[in-house]
Amino acid sequence: MTTTKQTVTMTVDGAQYSDDVEPRLLLVQYLRERLGKTGTTVGCDTTNCGACTVLLDGESVKSCTMFAVQADGHEVVTVEGLAQNGELHPVQQAFHEHAALQCGYCTSGMIMQSVSLLNENPHPSQEEIRSGLEGNLCRCTGYQSIVEAVSAAAGEGDTQ
Amino acid sequence: MSVTSDSETTAEIGRRRLRKEDARLITGRNHYTDSMSRVGMLTLGMVRSPVAHAKITRLDVSAAKASPGVVDVLTGPDLADSQGSLPNAWPVTPDQKAPAHPAVAIDEVVFAGEIVAVVIARTAAQARDAIELVDVDYDDLPVVVDLEAAERDEELVHPDLGTNTSSVWVFDSASAGTGGDVQQAIADSDVVIERTLYQQRLIPSFMEPRSILVDPTGDRIEMWSATQIPHILRTMLSMTLGIPEGKLRVTAPDVGGGFGGKLEVTPEEVITVLAAQRTGKPCKYTETRSESLMGAHHGRAQVQRLKLSANKDGTVTGLDVRLLADMGAYLGLVGPGIPVLGAFMYNAIYKFPAYRFESKALFTDKVWTDAYRGAGRPEATFAIERMMDELAAELGMDPLEVRRKNWIKHDEFPFSTISGLEYDSGNYEAATDKALELFGYEELRAEQQRRRESNDPVQLGIGVSTYTEMCGLAPSRVLGSLDYGAGGWEYAQVRVLPTGHVEVVTGISPHGQGHETGFSQIVADRLGVPFDNVEILHGDTQVAQRGLDTYGSRSLTVGGMAVVAAADKVIAKAKVIAAHMLEASEDDIEFESGRFGVRGTDQGVALGDVALAAFAAHDLPDGIEASLDSDATFDPENFSFPHGSHLCAMEVDTETGQVTLRKYVCVDDIGTIINPLLVEGQVQGGLAQGIAQALFEEAVYDDAGTLVSGSFVDYLVPSAADLPSFITDTTTTPATSNVLGVKGVGEAGTIASTPAIVNGVLDAIRHLGVKDVRMPCSPSTVWAAIHDAGSGATAEAPNVQTARGDQS
Repeated sequence: MTTTKQTVTMTVDGAQYSDDVEPRLLLVQYLRERLGKTGTTVGCDTTNCGACTVLLDGESVKSCTMFAVQADGHEVVTVEGLAQNGELHPVQQAFHEHAALQCGYCTSGMIMQSVSLLNENPHPSQEEIRSGLEGNLCRCTGYQSIVEAVSAAAGEGDTQ
Repeated sequence: MSVTSDSETTAEIGRRRLRKEDARLITGRNHYTDSMSRVGMLTLGMVRSPVAHAKITRLDVSAAKASPGVVDVLTGPDLADSQGSLPNAWPVTPDQKAPAHPAVAIDEVVFAGEIVAVVIARTAAQARDAIELVDVDYDDLPVVVDLEAAERDEELVHPDLGTNTSSVWVFDSASAGTGGDVQQAIADSDVVIERTLYQQRLIPSFMEPRSILVDPTGDRIEMWSATQIPHILRTMLSMTLGIPEGKLRVTAPDVGGGFGGKLEVTPEEVITVLAAQRTGKPCKYTETRSESLMGAHHGRAQVQRLKLSANKDGTVTGLDVRLLADMGAYLGLVGPGIPVLGAFMYNAIYKFPAYRFESKALFTDKVWTDAYRGAGRPEATFAIERMMDELAAELGMDPLEVRRKNWIKHDEFPFSTISGLEYDSGNYEAATDKALELFGYEELRAEQQRRRESNDPVQLGIGVSTYTEMCGLAPSRVLGSLDYGAGGWEYAQVRVLPTGHVEVVTGISPHGQGHETGFSQIVADRLGVPFDNVEILHGDTQVAQRGLDTYGSRSLTVGGMAVVAAADKVIAKAKVIAAHMLEASEDDIEFESGRFGVRGTDQGVALGDVALAAFAAHDLPDGIEASLDSDATFDPENFSFPHGSHLCAMEVDTETGQVTLRKYVCVDDIGTIINPLLVEGQVQGGLAQGIAQALFEEAVYDDAGTLVSGSFVDYLVPSAADLPSFITDTTTTPATSNVLGVKGVGEAGTIASTPAIVNGVLDAIRHLGVKDVRMPCSPSTVWAAIHDAGSGATAEAPNVQTARGDQS
């Protein structure tokens, strides 16, 4: 199959990239294979598991459900761009302190979804957290430690 | 060396240490196989059969071969001479029937999802395009889907075998001399409970899809795989493909979960090696989730026909188990051994006077089954815990009262069970009493009574399960007696480096359990060095030259003990050097908190100083080799037997069938705890998986053998919105079979929770006439059970929406 390539320009984790891509290239493939940002993982092909969640202009999106060309002109933040000046983001720190991960495969997506959730609702109840993470599957933790981590990060106040 | 006073003064074992593993995983600096690439790497795409059983009458790959970027397309006939047969390491009976298992089907497919051709292309997209151009004609053959139909042999999965039965494995307490004759016991008893229970097929559903990268250099092969078993994989690939083991290096880098689902030698691994050999280029294959669901092995899948006999006072007199075990179309690596492992656990924590077990392993036209969290033991525990509840209901007794009446008492350990195991230690009363205290049993029973009396459409159910499992797989002699193809020892090496830092190599291959943290704590205590100065190396056959990998809750009980044994050898060697350095007699040297001291003096030398002296080797005692390291293998003398009591309360809406879990309490006794944080994670995650079997998950095949639940849209792995928080606690009865006293925890939550939940669902609706409900207890299933029992239900099946759509 031959396809006409298109140029996409986007900011990813603070750096600007411009590349020619096939229109069918998924955003997650672009991030992983072209930019080498393999922190974002792929767990399913049906948008159910959320492992590939990144922020697009500050809101969580599943990067396996978007084409790279759809992110043209936008700002993307991945888990690799979350820590600032060597300091972990409060959500990352909370995931560590509450053992909110085991194998770690869902963790990037979980963290990004949690950041987005706290941006929208800085003080969610446990029920709101569970509902907010409904689109991200984890097979290891039973979710309890993840919910506790998000609660704790919310307690930090500034989650930006 | 940076030494903190905290690390010097606090015992590491039992300490709530945050995980070493997290740093890379929370920042996206992970090292999963699919995140790796090699220059010039090619990508594989699998052409999979859409039909369950058929002759391949035409396979035309010419258009695919001509497709852009395609390097080659391989078919079964292309690989017939090189692919061998995928291994089964567990011939449970001498006459076990095991069909040849090609990685790529040669002229016939026996399950939907079986690989019929392999595209090798420059990019994944090109491989995907070319898959569409492979033209295959199938001539359908009869399909065997149902397990009970498979037993009748009306249609055959492998006609040349003449039967669908692969093996029949029997244990009889009368002939084994461990107990009485079960038929006699049944004939002589007051009550006999007879049930057929169904263990639905489950899909392990690790979050990281399987991925393999193979780099051939000259005649050597380097392989990275998302596997639980790099060592076993290397040996099995050598046997299958004839590559000398020394020329094959297998690495399991970060692995995104396994749960038994990556305890396999897969067709995809064999194929990727063959493709790399043929092309001379690095080759990678990463499955999609749909491929994973249809092409990676499934678990459970049994029909359990049970008879439990008892006296009127609730004393059990006998148990007869007749099992149909669905092997799928082929035998997996250890598949036939799984029901056999379960055979030892049907008597659970009870004193049974008579027991017979018979398992018939059957072929069906579905992907093969193999290990899934607990492997054999959850099935057994489910069966006996369901039957104990049925017995309680029959006799009008409290379910815990029936259990208390039959279980092994605290002062009866060590205890020889009717299935031939020796339980070293346990205290079922203590765990149960603690769980009851946390649960508020009496209050919930009172609420249940109120709801029943008022005909509340929402009824309350209380579920109970008490359990033991056998962990620490396994004493090699036991595996030998069960005809397993290998042993159950584990390997470790401890190296004290010239700086005093410690490197530990383990043959254990973790995939999320936090072993780097737990093993560091063990070594820090044993050697008296700071936790942060210990580095754990694993998952690479070139680094850990020997090993038997991670499954069956063996990591701490066997692998941890190997680490202790190696550390003790290091201490013994260091003591000789220290005595020489201090010009003292060895007999006068004491080792404490990382320092060798001369008894009765203030003279001493730190372990790190001894390591530096051993490294410099300027002045070592005669016969002592340079460098301070040692290795050891450890073979457990017995299994370990963690146990516990799980209690749950749930609301069951009798008008919709919806089950809402309200409270879950478990108290597990896993012996000595190395790190409570790791334990909680394992327990909570295990609970989620066991509850998922009870309420959500099932691999569903239609009559044509097509996997209907072929994506995460249909296969309902629960989300955060589907589960509550759990109340978890522990009691501690140390194992007596290893010096750490550890028992293993990885599978406990999964084993105990499934029967607790189903017992609870039935407890809520039994008074409506319901005697059984099949798993998963989805709204439609529960509603139908209530409706079929003839009361308490509305006339039309409701359409219940859960957080992620219809569960039914």
